[in-house]
Amino acid sequence: MSTLARYLIQGMLYAAFAATVGYFSNAPTYRHLGADDALVRLSFSHAAQRVAPCRERTPEELAKLAPNMRAPLDCPRERSPVTVELELDGRLVFRNVVAPAGLRRDLASTVYWRQAVAAGEHRFTARMKDRPEGGFNFVKDVVVELAPGRVLVIDFDGTRGGFLFRM
Amino acid sequence: MLDEDQAQRPRGTVAFPISLAWCVIVVVEADTAWTGGRDRGPGVPGALRALERAFDLVFRAVANPWRHLGALGFFFFWVATASGIYLYLFFDTSVTGAYESVERLTHGQWYAGGVVRSLHRYASGAMVATVALHFVKELVGRRFAGFRWFSWVSGVPLVWLLLASGITGYWLVWDRLAQFVAMATAEWFDALPLFGEPIARNFAFPAAVSDRFFTLIMFLHVALPLALLAGMFVHIQRVNYADVLPARALGWGAFLALLALALAKPALSQGAADLATEPQTLALDWLVLGFYPLIYRFSPEALWIVAAAATLGLLILPFAARGERVPVARVDLANCNGCARCFADCPYAAIVMQPRAGGKAGQKHAAVVAGLCAGCGICTGACPSSTPFRSSERLVTGVDMPQQPIDAVRAELERKLARLHGEGRVVVFGCEQAAALHGCAGRGAATLSLTCVGQLPPAFVEYALRHGADGVLVASCLEGECVYRIGDTWTAQRLAGEREPHLRVTVPRERLRVVRAGAGEEKTLAQALTRFREALARMPRNEPRGSSRSKAPRALAAAQTGARG
Ligand code: HEM
Ligand code: SF4
Ligand code: SF4
Repeated sequence: MSTLARYLIQGMLYAAFAATVGYFSNAPTYRHLGADDALVRLSFSHAAQRVAPCRERTPEELAKLAPNMRAPLDCPRERSPVTVELELDGRLVFRNVVAPAGLRRDLASTVYWRQAVAAGEHRFTARMKDRPEGGFNFVKDVVVELAPGRVLVIDFDGTRGGFLFRM
Repeated sequence: MLDEDQAQRPRGTVAFPISLAWCVIVVVEADTAWTGGRDRGPGVPGALRALERAFDLVFRAVANPWRHLGALGFFFFWVATASGIYLYLFFDTSVTGAYESVERLTHGQWYAGGVVRSLHRYASGAMVATVALHFVKELVGRRFAGFRWFSWVSGVPLVWLLLASGITGYWLVWDRLAQFVAMATAEWFDALPLFGEPIARNFAFPAAVSDRFFTLIMFLHVALPLALLAGMFVHIQRVNYADVLPARALGWGAFLALLALALAKPALSQGAADLATEPQTLALDWLVLGFYPLIYRFSPEALWIVAAAATLGLLILPFAARGERVPVARVDLANCNGCARCFADCPYAAIVMQPRAGGKAGQKHAAVVAGLCAGCGICTGACPSSTPFRSSERLVTGVDMPQQPIDAVRAELERKLARLHGEGRVVVFGCEQAAALHGCAGRGAATLSLTCVGQLPPAFVEYALRHGADGVLVASCLEGECVYRIGDTWTAQRLAGEREPHLRVTVPRERLRVVRAGAGEEKTLAQALTRFREALARMPRNEPRGSSRSKAPRALAAAQTGARG
């Protein structure tokens, strides 16, 4: 093979390598979310109520404890699981009972869920129960208009009245 | 209204196969490795070998990219490092400033920063592509078992470090792609039961992303490549004279290719990150981020399982595939003078020089680290004690191979020399891994097949010429195809008098020919033999001159008679 031919073919092969790297660095286009879809992210971390209220220790119980441990109140640290439901246009799309984190189950319960929905107007109903007994103690019902590509974050903050719909 | 199937799945039809290919490649190639690829020892199997050889014609072996994939990996790493340092000078490590600073760099100084940015991106992509090919080549060549386990096992984490380096790089730009990378990484890691609060919450709303987090990513984008470099260094620890620097022609070729690409298709951002919206379509770098769509195509957990299984599978592969144990070189202290030639020539750093017990200060001897030894015999070829002229009944050298001791090689040579008759008496020294010698034997040549051509002590060439051969043909593998990496190089240098032990200058060079014929190229070898004989026919007959050893053994005496008669 002549030197010229060798260099020509080398050039072509180097170009093919560069073209391959160049192509796959940008293409094919990845469709992450449908063109007419929006995204709902249900995401919060919430420390639920304790499974049982604090209780006063009887004098006998106190006597049994080491002197430096004689607190009059016995407060169980374990928290209740959190029950969450999300309805979309009257249909239940998410339901979960989330145990609290931590070895003693005394930390927050965390929910994370993502779901694409068709863009347009939707009615969302979010419900949550964070106590051992009774029904849902937080409910929020909203109607939102979601543009394509929009992200609706459903957060929860007990100190600000419960569910927050953020866009 | 809520179509789960549709919502969860990216609808790009090509996207999925590419990302899946990343995972499937392991399975498919492993399968090929088991079923095919096993003809003559651990080497590259048929189709790939043909491709490599075709590239030799165009690039020459020294600059053939297929033969220097590891070196190219290093080269692209250095290009990415150098370009990265430049980018760092102009980069603003803050949520609000990052994107703008990259934009200014890309457009404000397109001729410098823009090109450098593109080089940085494409060098990383090229490195991933090169390492993937290097990996596949080692896999289909079954170069993971036995003494190679260390190179193999230390290679596996490099894949993780390489991809992680790339991922953190894309993150820093803080454009739409970075936003996707951040979210996908978070959602992927959140599938592990490690973190209390989901990391993904950090990217749920614009206000959630902090400069501190950015500083962390910047730190990772420096620390991970540094860890990668350290890993690369460990990876080549057991490979003596590792090929980490491409030949000039290959280096320039690769660099100019990147530069041309950088100019033709500058790397661009994809719009500032906006956490209030989800990117719908993205120009993804499939080389670095190719498996991310799997998180959404299947699930984060599924990707973890595939990644963990692939990693674990690759890590245990060398131990699961324990092939036959290779014979290990042995040192004979009485015949070792401590010259350290074997130490210098061993391709796998399996020889260490130790102080000689009871010897004078500074006196050393060679010792073999059995676990590292490839059993190639290159050390025997290097040892000055391996000369067949020694008159002892049994030839014992400083470092020898149990499967084919140098004494047996000499005995075989003497036996075969004794049977050489007529015109064109040629001895062919060949290699078990390269072209087979039976064709030459069929044509009346005396053939000796060694474990590696590097096992041949040059004195054997002289010995054959002194004891009845008209010529010696040394059949070596193709350049860059030595199963033990450098046996062919050392032999060529020793015969040319450029490396110890030299072939003595008094040996008539016209009676020695080195031919390169790789596995399967028996025809090339046969043709070389024919041409060599034609050349020898034009020379006077080579009269055996004998040596001090001529008196001793019976076989040799017979050789002399045979040669004369
Ligand atoms: C950053 C990524 C990597 C780089 C830069 C790299 C580079 C290198 C280099 C320079 C060599 C020496 C080649 C020679 O001198 O002949 C080598 C050898 C080797 N590499 Fe890699 N490598 C990488 C990843 C991998 C991976 C992922 C694997 C497989 C899991 C692997 C398996 C091997 C093996 C088995 C050898 C030994 C070959 C022999 O013994 O002849 N490497 N690598
Ligand atoms: S046989 Fe090969 S790998 Fe083993 S010590 Fe000798 S040169 Fe090194
Ligand atoms: S080449 Fe031979 S003599 Fe020299 S150190 Fe090695 S074994 Fe000893």
